[in-house]
Amino acid sequence: MLIRLKNGKVYDPASGIDGEQQDIYIQDGRIVNKPVGDFKVDKEYDLSGKVVMSGAIDMHTHIGGGKGNIARILLPEDHRADPVARTDITRSGCGHAMPSTFVTGYRYAEMGYTAGFEPAVLPVNARQAHMEMADIPILDKGGYVLMGSDDYLLRMLTAKKDQKAINDYVAFTMQAAKAIGVKVVNPGGINAFKFNQRKLDLDEQNSHYGVTPRDILRVLATAVKEIGVTHPLHVHGCNLGVPGNVNTTLDTIQGIGGLPMHLTHIQFHSYGTEGDFKFSSGAAAIAEAVNSNKNITIDVGQILFGQTVTASGDNMRQHANHKYASPNKWVTMDIECDAGCGVVPFKYKDQNFVNALQWAIGLETFLLVNDPWRIFLTTDHPNGAPFTSYPHLIRLLMDRSFRNDMLATIHPEAQKMTTLASIEREYSLQEIAIMTRAGAARLIGLQDRGGLSAGNWADITVYTDNADRQLMFEKPDYVFKDGQLVVVDGKVVSTKWGTTHVVKPDFDASLEKDLKKYFDRFMTMKLGNFTISDDEITEDGRGSITVHPLKGEVA
Amino acid sequence: MAEITEVPSPFCGIGTDDLIIQVDGVALKVIKNGCTVNTPAFEQAITDTRPRVDGVEVSLELAVARAAELLKNTNQPVIGGCATDVNGMRALLALADRSGAVVDNMNFTGARNNFLALQDSGWMNTTLAEVKNRCDLLLVVGVDLESFSPRFFERYLWNEESMFLDDTAKRQIIYLGKAPSGKASTSPDGSKAQVFACSNDDLPEVVAVLRALVKGRPIRAESVGGIAVLDLQNIAEQLKAATYSVVTWAAGALAYSQAELTVQTLSEMVKDINLNTRSSGLPLGGKEGDQTANQVCGWTTGYPARTRFSNGYPEYDPFLYDANVLLSNGEADALVWVQAFNAKAVPPVTVLPTIVVGRSGMVFVTEPDVFIPVGTPGIDHAGHAYRMDNVVAIRLKKLRDSGLPSTAEVLHAIEHALGK
Repeated sequence: MLIRLKNGKVYDPASGIDGEQQDIYIQDGRIVNKPVGDFKVDKEYDLSGKVVMSGAIDMHTHIGGGKGNIARILLPEDHRADPVARTDITRSGCGHAMPSTFVTGYRYAEMGYTAGFEPAVLPVNARQAHMEMADIPILDKGGYVLMGSDDYLLRMLTAKKDQKAINDYVAFTMQAAKAIGVKVVNPGGINAFKFNQRKLDLDEQNSHYGVTPRDILRVLATAVKEIGVTHPLHVHGCNLGVPGNVNTTLDTIQGIGGLPMHLTHIQFHSYGTEGDFKFSSGAAAIAEAVNSNKNITIDVGQILFGQTVTASGDNMRQHANHKYASPNKWVTMDIECDAGCGVVPFKYKDQNFVNALQWAIGLETFLLVNDPWRIFLTTDHPNGAPFTSYPHLIRLLMDRSFRNDMLATIHPEAQKMTTLASIEREYSLQEIAIMTRAGAARLIGLQDRGGLSAGNWADITVYTDNADRQLMFEKPDYVFKDGQLVVVDGKVVSTKWGTTHVVKPDFDASLEKDLKKYFDRFMTMKLGNFTISDDEITEDGRGSITVHPLKGEVA
Repeated sequence: MAEITEVPSPFCGIGTDDLIIQVDGVALKVIKNGCTVNTPAFEQAITDTRPRVDGVEVSLELAVARAAELLKNTNQPVIGGCATDVNGMRALLALADRSGAVVDNMNFTGARNNFLALQDSGWMNTTLAEVKNRCDLLLVVGVDLESFSPRFFERYLWNEESMFLDDTAKRQIIYLGKAPSGKASTSPDGSKAQVFACSNDDLPEVVAVLRALVKGRPIRAESVGGIAVLDLQNIAEQLKAATYSVVTWAAGALAYSQAELTVQTLSEMVKDINLNTRSSGLPLGGKEGDQTANQVCGWTTGYPARTRFSNGYPEYDPFLYDANVLLSNGEADALVWVQAFNAKAVPPVTVLPTIVVGRSGMVFVTEPDVFIPVGTPGIDHAGHAYRMDNVVAIRLKKLRDSGLPSTAEVLHAIEHALGK
């Protein structure tokens, strides 16, 4: 079947197209060139005056894995306020802060998103992450495997194993957990918490291993680069949420020595200690560092006001933050000599000075970083806000008068502590398309996604141009996933299953000899039962695996 | 004849995956690392191979069609048992969504003690590998751990080596409430567990006093539930002095009214200990797919596995949607019983139309309208099951070719037939 999307105004930064009127042809799920000679169009959509972008990609969203499911089970009262009924084509479930898997897929698609990436896949919990993501319809998905607090790596560092051995272990873990990236959370801190350390600065030693976060970041960032993984090491830094952590973050950027590094939800790591409340914005300093260090990419982790739940691998910091839990209930776990997690419900309030300033810090960061290819639109769903608030966030970025109206309503002391009112920048549609499409696909290393040129998979979103950007991005006219029309007027009209994106870096098989010994001595499962096989993802007939090339490889 | 190694078990809840099983046709024999829970569960012979409708053997197609017919015009069927693997639960929830059923895991009333505490105040918990490598003091509350999990001590306490303890035999074991039935808790160097027994009736008070002592609150009584307060004081001191204590309980063993308050008191006590040192809770469970049911129901609906779909969307109530209550109050109009692990766990007796999707070998007081024998996950087909600590989903293996369909296949077929 040949589909033509006619006369749309196309924003395709991957091809350098910025709002030009173009036709797009779709055949067998992919975008194709206009056929030569005579051809018959089976289905045509007249998109005159409409805005056409590729399907949006959320490069950091907690959509699969144990901590998210703890968050769900923890909050029945939140679900009760947002029940989602079954229809002839969709399953029932729940929404708001941590939606059920099916509803996650529907609501992302209804906002024009066609892919989401879970940033914290614990190796030992990777099966669960993939099983949950397998129950998210429509979206493509993938995960970044969490390393850095696992005892095996820390033992390697203490034993002064060489970089090659660490590269092998990282490659093995990526394959075992079916990952497309590597994440580190509070480097070594989750482990240190198990030894009763309550904070871990960049150069502070783990009391048992004598290893510092800086050491861990260096070897992991090097490993990711050397084994050729496109997505740079994905870093949730030290001291999340601690006033003054802006210095830690700046030090982390300098300390990585030019290696590619992605700093995630950087808003939570951009706090100074100035002012009457000893809490201030470090966004300007962070933006300056990002602007001048081309090896650094960031996503923001914007907070938006209202009830949500925070779910993180960082049980050290989550334990410290439990006193802010609202409602007052929270969970932390130490997990399998592998990692940990902490789940703390939060209600961000615009009349709370700290929350209000957090809001402003996130927006300052968006507006002060110059290069949209190196900054990404996230709320760290659900930690800063549920993903369903993205259209509102886009409006804040694209509409200065709206932004300033909102600014005027927050805690007055916070208004005084932010430069937001003086920032004139408004994001363009092309910049939004870069952050949420082309840039994200490039950062993750997705082949044939995030663009609208021939050869790309036909993940396409069509909007009606509207000066109210929130309304525009809330309700696309059409969403196509792999060429299938899945959303019309902001409602799911058909469903399908997306693929799971992975990389498969090679490793020296001799590593498994030592790992097997380690598993037999200290772990609770056999190494052979730890590794996830391809058929676990594909055997039910709806999942599939898409392997992306490593750097230097030809697909 | 074949020998399969590194076989994981879905039966014991603690994720043993070192069994060696000999397969001879469809006969299984556990030849290494068996236990009183796992060995009989693996070795049970297949008796039923064909579905029955009204006691008469029929084809699978006919049995599925009859099941769909029975469900077709129901208002609120109940799907009980819910003892199967991840794919089985996925299919079960899809069927419940379509038929407007109530889903209720057979162990939920026990597990409710945990969920109510979790949903009210939360907890700080740990997993088995942390126990194996870190735990220097294990406090066992209200459960005979070794009859619950025969290999728990061997695998997770008396392991030869651990990463962070010099000598695993020096771990302290303390029982509060139930006394151990055997010697599994005796350390390899011969040290016996400290045992402070009391009745279940007294356990809430004993646990409350222990928590008060941990917090440094004065206690005037000299004994509680027959246990000297000085002994409890001693336990409190040991918990505060330990490097990484672990407090374990089995929600189902706390078989008394409002036992969620005991779970909450223990969990809050663990939080208190963590002000200065490390301590973690470790709820026991994971048998016959109970954690699996709650996990899959959790991501599919937001709620654990006592949830109804009769309004078109999931609703959770840990008391009202109890299958037994619904059946006895006349609030249900059909029963689907799903139990792929345990042939002895038969459905409650009811006059309602009953469909059983169960392990081969079930013996019924009253023959159900439809009985479809299914394969057991981890024996007859591959699958996934959660172990007790809720983090690790073990990859179950297919050990033999029995020809029995999986729970998922049968429930999908019924759902499909309902849609016609």
